Amino acid sequence: MSEERQIQLEVLRYNPETDSQPRFQTYTVPCVNEWVVLDALNYVKENLDPTLSYRWSCHMAVCGSCGYMINGEPKLGCKAFIHEYGDHIRVEPLAHFPIERDLVTVVEDFIAKLASVKPYLIPKEDKPISAGEFKQTPAELMKFKQYTLCINCMLCYAACPQYGLVPEFLGPAAISMAHRYNQDSRDGGRDQRQEVVASDEGVWECSFVGACSEVCPKHVDPAGALQQVKVASTIDWYKEHLMPWVKK
Amino acid sequence: MSRKPYIREISKTRWFLRQPRYMRYMAREVTCIFIFAYTFLLIVALARLSQGPDAFQEFLNALRSPLGVLFNLAVLIAAVYHSMSWFNVTPQAMPIQQGEEFVPGSIIVGAHYGAWAVISLIILFLGV
Amino acid sequence: MEIIKTDVAIVGAGGAGLRAAIALAETNPKLRIALISKVYPMRSHTCAAEGGAAGVIKSDDSLDLHFGDTVGGGDWLCDQNAVEYFINEAPKELLQLEHWGCPWSREPDGSVAVRPFGGMKIKRTWFAADKSGFHILHTLFQTSLKYPSIQRFDEYYATDLLVDDGRCQGLAALEIRSGEMKQFQAKAVIIAAGGAGKMFPFTTNGAIKTGDGMALAYRAGVPLKDMEFVQYHPTGLPNNGILLTEGCRGEGGILVNKDGRRYLQDYGMGPETPVGQPVLKTMELGPRDRLSQSFWHEQKKGNTVSTPWGDCVLLDMRHLGEKKINERLPLVRDLCISYLGMDPVKEPIPIRPVVHYCMGGIHTDIKAATPVPGLFAAGECACVSINGANRLGSNSLTELLVFGRRAALSAIEHLQSGLPASKDAALSAQAKASEDRIRALFDRSAGAETVAGLRKEMMHTMEENAGIYRTGEELQRACEKIAELRQRYANLALTDKSKVFNTDLMQALELGSMLDCAETVAVGARDRQESRGAHQRLDFTARDDQNFLKHTLAYHHPKEPPRIEYLDVVITKSQPGVRDYSGAKK
Repeated sequence: MSEERQIQLEVLRYNPETDSQPRFQTYTVPCVNEWVVLDALNYVKENLDPTLSYRWSCHMAVCGSCGYMINGEPKLGCKAFIHEYGDHIRVEPLAHFPIERDLVTVVEDFIAKLASVKPYLIPKEDKPISAGEFKQTPAELMKFKQYTLCINCMLCYAACPQYGLVPEFLGPAAISMAHRYNQDSRDGGRDQRQEVVASDEGVWECSFVGACSEVCPKHVDPAGALQQVKVASTIDWYKEHLMPWVKK
Repeated sequence: MSRKPYIREISKTRWFLRQPRYMRYMAREVTCIFIFAYTFLLIVALARLSQGPDAFQEFLNALRSPLGVLFNLAVLIAAVYHSMSWFNVTPQAMPIQQGEEFVPGSIIVGAHYGAWAVISLIILFLGV
Repeated sequence: MEIIKTDVAIVGAGGAGLRAAIALAETNPKLRIALISKVYPMRSHTCAAEGGAAGVIKSDDSLDLHFGDTVGGGDWLCDQNAVEYFINEAPKELLQLEHWGCPWSREPDGSVAVRPFGGMKIKRTWFAADKSGFHILHTLFQTSLKYPSIQRFDEYYATDLLVDDGRCQGLAALEIRSGEMKQFQAKAVIIAAGGAGKMFPFTTNGAIKTGDGMALAYRAGVPLKDMEFVQYHPTGLPNNGILLTEGCRGEGGILVNKDGRRYLQDYGMGPETPVGQPVLKTMELGPRDRLSQSFWHEQKKGNTVSTPWGDCVLLDMRHLGEKKINERLPLVRDLCISYLGMDPVKEPIPIRPVVHYCMGGIHTDIKAATPVPGLFAAGECACVSINGANRLGSNSLTELLVFGRRAALSAIEHLQSGLPASKDAALSAQAKASEDRIRALFDRSAGAETVAGLRKEMMHTMEENAGIYRTGEELQRACEKIAELRQRYANLALTDKSKVFNTDLMQALELGSMLDCAETVAVGARDRQESRGAHQRLDFTARDDQNFLKHTLAYHHPKEPPRIEYLDVVITKSQPGVRDYSGAKK
């Protein structure tokens, strides 16, 4: 096994029952180099301080529970390798979300926004199960597949300065999910989603900082999705106002 | 009720200093001001032209002054940065799918640079 | 304590819980549905399933073949009437998911693609690259958002069922964010809370897989069935147990020992098949129990490779080529590179067997009903049983769907059966008792026992004594040790005394659940004096159909070890036979 190394793990602590504001607490953690930051947190929880609270589960970057700010950057705790950092690592709750306690954030806002874009298939045509599957070629699948990979980890919301400044902004993951269904050859629900997605708080709040795509652990590229939604919405507008004879 | 979620305030004026990538973004946005300024300069040029050859010559002389050259240089740098930063993100905004594969981003970006070079050459040719 | 009245309460919002909720909402939009989960639905461990879901759809396949593969794979401990129901419903459920938008991988003509899996005579695993469980979970979660009647209670931990008048009538649950207890009064309860793999230290299971649902039912008097059958997945990353899907072998990956020999041929799964041309139901496509057991023998013979993380064998996928690996196994490649620093395109990957799945669980009948009226269970926490002594790879994702829906339909039947009015006072008293039990954890002053300490001892005990191969002596030791740990658990005190998001409390409750489950594994295994499927005894090496073609039922006792009873297996058309995974068979 790789060599051990002592790190100083500085963790934001906040207990709403005793603290008026967050503070930092530093733990000395003997780390194996192949560890991830989540392993270091688990070490603290098991050996040093059972009161530390944080969410985690799968430890393989698919459940999306363990997003934290690690040295100021939104990361999954289970994919932030100790060997990529120096001897001092600072862990904070995801930016732009209220802190429930320690590293645990309040995420209701994101969940509500995701639900608001109707992130489910609204089929073009009704088809009974007995009639078999909707045909979809590998090329049609590829058109939207990337956007299905979102694990709802919310790193993009923590990276997006616009979401920090304008909390009403629908945000990267929710709009990408709408785009995912809009691009699905089986779907016919784009008009229903546009009402929310193309609103002021929707895609037009995005100023294409691109931070969402840079931090996305699954390479979903939400920034790309949002620009595509803008392009499509613009084309809608021109069609409607300048070429009313062209049917949508 | 024991819950008391803590909300971290974000500075409305200094937020972009938190992260290098936010500063890069601000740099891209700030270049608009130079583009705007140059557009304004072109309008001034038209106005001067309409005032007769002397006025226009005076305008051209002003452009040739060190300050004028400096301004043009600054606008050029800003415009180049502005264009490049947008060229580089075009594959995200306008992906092109061929069969199952997406056309590699480098080709889309490259095509933009190519078009840029061609248009610049044409303008150069027309100008000479 | 706040009382929340609902028609059906579902505990667990993974694949089975979400499927049940959608089935309830679709069948009767007027029903009030409470979907209660200790994590947000998309964090549920369904998301970690990789390979795919089995269902007969292609013309060269048949229901009979799926039946045969499942029953034989389960070493004839499956209830065959349940298996028949399961395989009949499977294709419909997978198609239903397709209609809900699941991004299944496709054939060039646009039809759904299938891949081969271990123990299958014909390839029939529907897959979405190697993220099938993830896509199933997110498709179900997103689809569930369509139904306003599904009211979610995210991050609520169910502490006890409320059973009065012989019927399950709700549950008490802790709202984790506030630390407040809530009483859910429901006409029916469905438990869909997943497995208990975390009682072992080396597992593919996420932190949340702590057997809470199983323990919930168990403490309420429902027996846990066949808990001694714990599946080891043959291919886990050696350093942290991350799963590399069976799809690796389905696509043509091979297993070799330190000499480069494809050792499976030495354990009744030969002769060797050509590299890169996998042959169904033999060699690398043998069943999981056999593959994991072969590793144990190789290790004993000294044929394994030593790595910094212990003895391993090698999973070689290099001959598949970069393009196929990227298309079919992108997650596997990413996981190997990220967590092991090795690229399967360029080098063989060291792997070893890892605890993966509980075949056992809450005793239910073919309709997903437990012996307690009004209580239903589905998914990994339940034991119907379709998995018998060893689950066929890719049956579990389908099981979530088929029995998640079945549990919903059974709950509706129960609702329509003319239930007498519930006695509020009796239910409130039970909810209060549940609250008191938790309060006691706070009130106790710090003693010698810690959550982490007890958990470590439990995990160690299970790994040492209840692993791939077991002996009566070791299992007896495990029984005694777990009983001791259960007693010591009664003295556990919390370090964290706060109310808001107290994960010290959560882990203490989860440890209690795991200890309950672990004891049923140890006692069930000790008493099952035979070798069958995933339960292999070095002191009873043969299958004993005379005495043990039976399900183990473990009944809870608050202080004593569980009482064990046996129940006959349902055999309809397949008499117990020989499990032949050699390529020479007909």
